[in-house]
Amino acid sequence: MSDTAEKVKKIVVEHLGVEEAKVTSEASFIDDLGADSLDTVELVMAFEEAFGVEIPDDAAEKITTVKDAIDYIEAQKAA
Amino acid sequence: MFALDGKVALVTGATGGIGAEIARVLHRQGARVALSGTRREVLEQLATELGEGVLVAPANLSDPAAPQALVEQVEAELGRLDILVNNAGFTRDGLAMRMSDKDFADVIEVDLAAPFRLARAAMRGMMKRRAGRIISIASIVGTTGNPGQANYAAAKAGLVGMSKSLAQELASRGITVNVVAPGFIATPMTDALNEAQKSRLMERIPLGRMGAPGDIAAAVAYLASEEAGWVTGATLHVNGGMAMT
Repeated sequence: MSDTAEKVKKIVVEHLGVEEAKVTSEASFIDDLGADSLDTVELVMAFEEAFGVEIPDDAAEKITTVKDAIDYIEAQKAA
Repeated sequence: MFALDGKVALVTGATGGIGAEIARVLHRQGARVALSGTRREVLEQLATELGEGVLVAPANLSDPAAPQALVEQVEAELGRLDILVNNAGFTRDGLAMRMSDKDFADVIEVDLAAPFRLARAAMRGMMKRRAGRIISIASIVGTTGNPGQANYAAAKAGLVGMSKSLAQELASRGITVNVVAPGFIATPMTDALNEAQKSRLMERIPLGRMGAPGDIAAAVAYLASEEAGWVTGATLHVNGGMAMT
């Protein structure tokens, strides 16, 4: 697992208070991890803070799974 | 009842009569209080009067960056922010025919946009703690309207709609968002009215007196308390019965 993936999963576990085993790459924040719309906003803000990236609203809307978040952040960091 | 021990409150416009009294009452209930306003000397004076557990935090809320910085300062120096009291506001009256875009926009900026920015900045920490109180001081004129105050009445009515929206957004995080709408409060401005003007005003107030800053501060203390935990999206009218809505 990449550093980014590990860090993303850690943030998700902390913010949503879910078991680490449930935070798979395919897990959807809302459908699988019980997040509500406010949680997803908080997560995006936590990612921005942790990785020093900016995630605009239209990109944030498309981040619905753990993998979406990892891919987006890695693409930003590579850019 | 209504104890606020261990809580941290921020009161904007603490230089004014109502704001200062809100700060005094929250402090008396046990909260540590950040006093904000534009005039540092006046805030310092109030801080001296209150003693321990007070932060003087001057800010000019017409600067769009000021609210975020102010909340960050409070959180840094007092450790947290549990109770935000949006009290700062000003008027620039004039009949609509003669009201400039600037006079309209300036009042909306300080009386409505700044409270929004303060709430946005404050809600982050509150969400994390799953608790918080956001209380905005509106006005009776936001409900009744008032000739010469199209800008001010719009801003004050705006606070009500904004608070109801935030109340719904934040309810699941244990944060309540409410409004206190004062009627006519005795101030140096109303002291200047002549007897005839005063008696005309009294005829419209069933409880037969002008309000005092303490009448408003008591309402704020209630909404700030744990006991008000099931009240959100509400507007508490404190106006001697002048407008019953």
